[in-house]
Amino acid sequence: MSYRSWGGTKTAVQRVIPLYWEQEPFPDTEGKLALPFGNGRSYGDSCLNDGGVLLDTRHLDHFLSFDRKTGILRCEAGTLLSEILSFTVPQGWFLPVTPGTKYVTLGGAIANDVHGKNHHRSGTFGCHILRFEILRSDNSRILCSPSDNKDFFSATIGGLGLTGVILWAEIALKAISSPFIQSETVRFGNLDEFFSLSRESDRDYEYTVSWIDCLVHGKNLGRGIFIRGNHAPPLPPPTNFSSSRNIRNFPFSPPFSLVNTLSLRAFNTMYYRKQIRKRSKRLEPYDPFFYPLDGISHWNRMYGRKGFYQYQCVIPEEESEFPVRELLTEIARSGQGSFLAVLKHFGNIPSPGILSFPRPGITLALDFPNRGEKTLSLFSRLDEIVASAKGAVYPAKDARMSSKSYQQFFPRWQEFLRFKDPGLSSDFWKRVTKGDECNAY
Amino acid sequence: MQRILIIGATSAIAQEVARLFAEKGNRIFLAGRNPDKLSILANDLSLRGAIQVEKGLFEATDFDSHPRLIEESFNSLGGLDTVLIAFGTLADQKKCEGSVEETLREISINELSILSLLTLLANRFEKQKSGTIAVLSSVAGDRGRKSNYVYGSAKSAVTTFLQGLRNRLSSSRIHIMTIKPGFVDTPMTASFKKGFLWATPESVAKTIIKGIEKKKDVLYTPFFWRAIMIIIRSFPERLFKKMNL
Ligand SMILES: Cc1cc2nc3c(=O)[nH]c(=O)nc-3n(C[C@H](O)[C@H](O)[C@H](O)COP(=O)(O)OP(=O)(O)OC[C@H]3O[C@@H](n4cnc5c(N)ncnc54)[C@H](O)[C@@H]3O)c2cc1C
Ligand SMILES: NC(=O)c1ccc[n+]([C@@H]2O[C@H](COP(=O)([O-])OP(=O)(O)OC[C@H]3O[C@@H](n4cnc5c(N)ncnc54)[C@H](OP(=O)(O)O)[C@@H]3O)[C@@H](O)[C@H]2O)c1
Repeated sequence: MSYRSWGGTKTAVQRVIPLYWEQEPFPDTEGKLALPFGNGRSYGDSCLNDGGVLLDTRHLDHFLSFDRKTGILRCEAGTLLSEILSFTVPQGWFLPVTPGTKYVTLGGAIANDVHGKNHHRSGTFGCHILRFEILRSDNSRILCSPSDNKDFFSATIGGLGLTGVILWAEIALKAISSPFIQSETVRFGNLDEFFSLSRESDRDYEYTVSWIDCLVHGKNLGRGIFIRGNHAPPLPPPTNFSSSRNIRNFPFSPPFSLVNTLSLRAFNTMYYRKQIRKRSKRLEPYDPFFYPLDGISHWNRMYGRKGFYQYQCVIPEEESEFPVRELLTEIARSGQGSFLAVLKHFGNIPSPGILSFPRPGITLALDFPNRGEKTLSLFSRLDEIVASAKGAVYPAKDARMSSKSYQQFFPRWQEFLRFKDPGLSSDFWKRVTKGDECNAY
Repeated sequence: MQRILIIGATSAIAQEVARLFAEKGNRIFLAGRNPDKLSILANDLSLRGAIQVEKGLFEATDFDSHPRLIEESFNSLGGLDTVLIAFGTLADQKKCEGSVEETLREISINELSILSLLTLLANRFEKQKSGTIAVLSSVAGDRGRKSNYVYGSAKSAVTTFLQGLRNRLSSSRIHIMTIKPGFVDTPMTASFKKGFLWATPESVAKTIIKGIEKKKDVLYTPFFWRAIMIIIRSFPERLFKKMNL
């Protein structure tokens, strides 16, 4: 079991204390600051705590109750979303919101108030959480819901694990009549086409997202593939379909990154051309639709030992087109981006957390092999574009934003301090508050 | 459908075995000493598909309670097909060396209480002429070492007792399985530094279920421990006694 973050650009030496039972008291950390750890699917340093203690929550994975009629599930916070799906999909219930990997814990999904392809319809993960219990370092327990301790409720959702260990949570699942998705992919030639497709699709489709080729400049800037889908009505499943996917494994970290500009350009061109027809429809199982990357476990290793970054930001709704164009131009010019460029429209359902990332607008996410200073200075330029558009960068993906940028992107961070557990911290938090935390009390 | 008694049900390894049993829609009786943990487990297992889950309190060193536990589980499930004995403590070797009382306590939990349970179970199973009794022993019982010989000798006694029982009950068609895990990442070993030899309770549980299905006599898990222990056992004592193990 390794306790690293997904991007692998940051390392931390930390003592790990596994938590096994929710009834047990907060463990003795010998005076060190602690941090709950889910499944390490955050890219940067929000799940790391160098010199401190990690509280491994993966063993808190018991199902506590499930109402098959209402779809309300209560389970411990270390349960993986994949485990929830295997349990509930056969009974006709699906996650109300899911991120692009199912290998995250319930607690981790709450702590980052994650979003999915249906943000425009359903808001964030936190919108579907009915209640949960947190354990604080002073051994107190707080039951939180929109009616009980609602301030702690909204501080803990998106609260980066800093308000206490979430022990269990209750989530309202969504009824489905089939485990299949009726999906359609549409090729688009540039950014304008993306915006109009997005507007049109948000009306008729529950799930929308697009992949864009961020290596092309000029009139093709922002060309890509739009993917949209709805849960399929009850249908007899196709006979040649096998529900268990072959999971391939990326076996080791090569000493260098396999993602260089050449292989990327080839990949992007192919990916775009593969969609030979402008539109194609199909019926597919939920797994490849929602979790295309989960098909190769440890795909992050292909970036080599230096690891990689993901940059994800949101540009607010009003006049988002220009800043998005600016970001893409900057990235295309740098030639550093990789094939994981995702563009998606966030709707206007308010996020419940004080520090939640999603807000109405366009979100852009892409991976960058770690090329050191060159990559970091590109990010600083991107941060400026985001800041002047009054947007934000996503902490779950971040390993480098400055405290100044963070405080600008998340202006309510000082309000959050009232709920922060003084016994908890993370490398991310130390970086973005830089000790300002003490002054703010 | 099977009727399964798990003694020491809150053990990390036993929990994973129980989940696999539950998913197949079996009836399960959970015995353990902590009622809160048992309730959590019972709920979890019913949700995962067990068609009946019962619980009973069990303290290993309370020998007088053993017959009652077996009786109770037998009655509430309407019979028993499989028993898994999983409780145990990893003795603090240094403490045992300095205290007879501590040594006897460890022996009592890890050896005597298991022999007591096995004696009672064997007689019942001998009469019914079917069923499986699986017990978590350990590779540590394969050879005594200075770092854990109190625990090791208890496991060794359990292993030998099971051998005898297997011999006695083979004509009654009772399957006796000795489970010998290597290093497993559980609360028992929480303070150890983990390396590549370490297995997860999930993977060990899968091999236990398979072993029960295939009626294995002795299960090393993960499998490579069989080879490792052949090597360890093959050292002449004259050399072994000087090794730092
Ligand atoms: C391939 C991939 C695709 C992704 N797609 C998306 C996406 O579409 N949308 C999106 O929003 N995110 C996405 N993510 C990010 C991921 O969903 C988040 O980083 C998520 O929080 C990771 O959860 P985890 O269980 O791995 O937690 P970790 O990464 O281990 O921890 C994340 C945070 O949660 C806290 N935490 C964990 N458990 C608890 C607990 N029990 N109590 C309190 N705090 C806790 C930690 O302290 C930390 O601050 C993606 C990540 C990957 C690798
Ligand atoms: N982990 C390994 O590396 C390893 C290797 C070889 C063999 N084993 C054996 O595998 C078995 C399971 O261990 P595990 O690794 O799963 O450890 P674990 O999770 O720590 O489980 C130990 C179990 O023993 C119970 N227990 C301890 N003392 C007891 C007592 N006096 N009366 C009743 N129950 C008692 C505990 O109950 P509570 O929950 O109430 O504390 C717990 O259920 C043990 O027999 C162990 O020796 C383990």
